[in-house]
Amino acid sequence: MLSIPCPHCGDRDETEFHYGGQAGVAYPADPMTLTDEQWAEYVFMRDNPKGWFAERWFHTAGCRRWFDLERHTVTYEIRR
Amino acid sequence: MNTLWRNPDPKPTYDVVIVGAGGHGLATAYYLAKNHGITNVAVLERGWLAGGNMARNTTVIRSNYLWDQSAAIYEHSLKLWETLEQELDYEILFSQRGVLNLAHNLPDVREGTRRVNANRLNGVDAEWLTPAEVKKLVPIINISEDLRYPVMGATFQPRAGIAKHDYVAWGFARAADRLGVDLIQNCEVTGFETNAVQTSRGRIGAGRIALCAAGHTSILAAQLGFRLPLQSHPLQALVSELLEPVLNTVVMSNAVHVYVSQAHKGELVMGAGIDAYNGYGQRGSFHVIENQLAAAVELFPIFARAHVLRTWAGVVDVSPDASPIIGRTPVDDVFINCGWGTGGFKATPGAGWVYADTIANGRPHPLAEPFALERFTSGALVDEHGAAAVAH
Repeated sequence: MLSIPCPHCGDRDETEFHYGGQAGVAYPADPMTLTDEQWAEYVFMRDNPKGWFAERWFHTAGCRRWFDLERHTVTYEIRR
Repeated sequence: MNTLWRNPDPKPTYDVVIVGAGGHGLATAYYLAKNHGITNVAVLERGWLAGGNMARNTTVIRSNYLWDQSAAIYEHSLKLWETLEQELDYEILFSQRGVLNLAHNLPDVREGTRRVNANRLNGVDAEWLTPAEVKKLVPIINISEDLRYPVMGATFQPRAGIAKHDYVAWGFARAADRLGVDLIQNCEVTGFETNAVQTSRGRIGAGRIALCAAGHTSILAAQLGFRLPLQSHPLQALVSELLEPVLNTVVMSNAVHVYVSQAHKGELVMGAGIDAYNGYGQRGSFHVIENQLAAAVELFPIFARAHVLRTWAGVVDVSPDASPIIGRTPVDDVFINCGWGTGGFKATPGAGWVYADTIANGRPHPLAEPFALERFTSGALVDEHGAAAVAH
């Protein structure tokens, strides 16, 4: 089980968290002007690196806040 | 030495280079040679043959998917399984012992009965069983109403079953090799050129390039300069020690995240849902195993006496609609077969058949058309989260 450093509550067990996938995917600034291809990119396409990955976690059983961290997708090591 | 396949050095160029010698890559090579007469083919494997997900899956074979497009491709695959031993002239221990998908709440019951009806309309064998009928089929199951997640019925596909995964890979490898296909192990693809791949064993020319790399497809696509709607997750499984026969069908439960069969040798083979996070580490978190075993012991109290012998994980490429992606890519002469996620083993012969046809003719096989990458732009998704049976 991962030990995840919540910025508000400290190190907690992974079972307290909900995974949120890639971090930094911004909602389109002007959604009405998007093409179908741009919508597909926003809705479905995500990075899937083998290595360091900036991702979102939600502390469901704690402070109930979203935060970002970087985790290595092979070693599962976490850095902030 | 008498081996099942040669271990040739790569030739300078091939008509088709397949990246990944798992089940799908080997089956694709076999059907390219057998059905299309394309024998100047190499299958490149960075590790050893069939050592990735092909060695790590729980070998469940079934075709009871909800939508017409899925039923068509998975049933095509099941039909190929039914004659595969004769086709390959190689024993694969294919055993049509049936698959139960348990329902534990009213939505499960509604979804299950709907799927049985959908399956029947598509010519896929399916029945709805009451809890008593489930108990008759699987005497060791607990159908008490006191369970946290009681058994409220189940879908049953009698023609579903299991096979010996290693034998399937070896059978396809041997048959492809005999037709002239070069299986090249310890040969990692490190980059791409126009109609060529760079590898750890040098540059290899390729008329067409066919990716068959499951959880590592995104890495290859990134080298080719396009993105895919895939996320790679650990999917864990485990086996017990060898036990006397107690379970002669496959039992799956979507709601409590466990599926179990008893292999020919006697070990209980169990799988769970995916680990939530992205991971290429071929290992997951222990709490997933703990939850899976808690569910298994509640359903099968007799399992409390069994011991976990070994646990492991594969890296599965999960797509947004739990359906595969098969077909052309934004790069000319490069094809993809990926996104099979948690359920690729059952599709091995069908995916190979359809993908080989797609590569040979440079256009999607009719069964592959609904699974093109373009569906994420058009919005014509094939949502199989209900039938995928493994929680995503």
